[in-house]
Amino acid sequence: MKLRLDDVSVTFQLPGGSHQALSPVSLAVPEGRFISLIGPSGCGKSTLFNVIAGLQPPTTGQVRLDGEDITGAIGRVGYMLQKDLLLPWRTVLDNVVLGMEIQGWPAKESRARARPYLHRYGLGGFEDRFPATLSGGMRQRAALLRTLLIDSDVILLDEPFGALDAQTRARMQEWLLQLWADFGKTVVFVTHDIDEAIFLSDTIHVMATRPGRIIETIDVPLSRPRPASISTTSGFTALKQHCIELLHQDQPLEDAA
Amino acid sequence: MSGQSTSADDFIEVPKPKAQAARPRRPRRLPKEVLWSLPKLILIQAGLFASLVAAWEIAARTRLLDPFFWSQPSAIASMLVVFFSEGTAWLDITTTFRETILGFVLGTSLGAALGLSLWWSRNWARALQPYIICFESIPKLALAPLIILIFGIGLASKVAIAAALTMVVSTITTYSGVRAVDRDGERLFYSLGASRWQVFRKFVIPSCLPWIISILRVNIGLALTGAVVGEFIAAEHGLGRTIFYAGQTYEIALVWVAVIVLASLSIAMYVAVSALEKVLVRGVTHS
Ligand SMILES: Nc1ncnc2c1ncn2[C@@H]1O[C@H](COP(=O)(O)OP(=O)(O)O)[C@@H](O)[C@H]1O
Ligand SMILES: [Mg+2]
Repeated sequence: MKLRLDDVSVTFQLPGGSHQALSPVSLAVPEGRFISLIGPSGCGKSTLFNVIAGLQPPTTGQVRLDGEDITGAIGRVGYMLQKDLLLPWRTVLDNVVLGMEIQGWPAKESRARARPYLHRYGLGGFEDRFPATLSGGMRQRAALLRTLLIDSDVILLDEPFGALDAQTRARMQEWLLQLWADFGKTVVFVTHDIDEAIFLSDTIHVMATRPGRIIETIDVPLSRPRPASISTTSGFTALKQHCIELLHQDQPLEDAA
Repeated sequence: MSGQSTSADDFIEVPKPKAQAARPRRPRRLPKEVLWSLPKLILIQAGLFASLVAAWEIAARTRLLDPFFWSQPSAIASMLVVFFSEGTAWLDITTTFRETILGFVLGTSLGAALGLSLWWSRNWARALQPYIICFESIPKLALAPLIILIFGIGLASKVAIAAALTMVVSTITTYSGVRAVDRDGERLFYSLGASRWQVFRKFVIPSCLPWIISILRVNIGLALTGAVVGEFIAAEHGLGRTIFYAGQTYEIALVWVAVIVLASLSIAMYVAVSALEKVLVRGVTHS
């Protein structure tokens, strides 16, 4: 297994008592797979990512990368947080090389390495622009390239397309699949959009709240490459129906935002 | 309120306002002031200045104002020429200017450094907080005589007063910037495996730069105040010293001249710092 979580749980100590954000979660991600976590807001998706990225110490459990215990270690997996967090004082190119820079690459080499990627993945001509002048889709591309260009085989993407409009989102999904095919990285993807999860993933882990946990793991048997029209096939709609039922079970008549 | 009044309406007859006599009213429009053109504006400003000066001169000549205390524009104008041709104008200006700039740079950068350093430990930031507040609430100028005693009557004491005045503002503003640093941005850096030093250098400092830049304009004025007050107390040269000594020897025209020169210096430095601020802001925000 590329990435393994063994009984990871997180309990926050709050002034008014403790709050269990995650009850023990176990997860195994094979190398090169694209897996998704879906679940309603507050079910602990971001918390789980923070644990994997070493930003949040788990209350119990371990995170293993290639069998090595990396619990609490930072800089071992690529992590794209929910916000794009591009630095406004850096150009697009200098934002993209940030990860390499922090990992000790000389500035010149990291730029030389990043340039062709910017060209190939739709940011050609934008290298010297500042983030404030980019559209939402472009910003996400830059943030994603920044995550991909560091030396780690696993990347975590936390609702990267959540703030985009439907059309941009569809284009970005295809773009992401292209990147995934080219880079061959292992991807863990968080979303609360069922269509998005099915379209992109090999495996979907459905989560529920109170406490946050995985309630079911679903393999997506659709072959790749997947055309956009796949969402109307019976295999797709059956999966979707199943996911909707699972999510409703958890939150009957509540806001499933 | 409105809910209550409607229920009351059902029982109490509310007198209706009498219908207004059908007088045709002119439709009311937004009040509008037409702006003067730039030449007209400048002309009017110059006119105001000229009338003020003329009024002063006339009042002094007719003894409405005692020229011994108030002096008069004609005397001030000739004193201005004397001050620059035979007097200590350039020495005074360069002295005050040097004190101000050194105090400004020293105070602002020390304050910014102290404010930024508080990022490193929330514990130390909390431990130092009462001292910073304390130092802020002391009227620093009240310490000026003490500073003169410690640093002597030369450049050092004026720089120290100017620095003391500017440093506190700088520390407090920078620390506000530190507390406003985006936590998620820090987390991004850490997720990439950054050291604290890298986060500090590549994220915290750039995030705080707009805050530090915003202090400059305030601080240049504070630094000048500090330098001039220091010169009032004890100095060999400087505009403040000239004002003080001219006042003591009843050379009121020279007081006015030095004040005018001081004001010009202040405006010039303010304009320069504003221009610098603009350049820096553009360099930092890129929006
Ligand atoms: N630092 C924290 N302190 C206390 N509670 C937190 C903290 N971070 C997250 N939580 C709580 O943990 C739960 C899961 O949050 P999160 O992982 O952000 O959910 P999701 O990303 O699935 O929307 C929420 O109830 C949230 O309020
Ligand atoms: Mg989240």
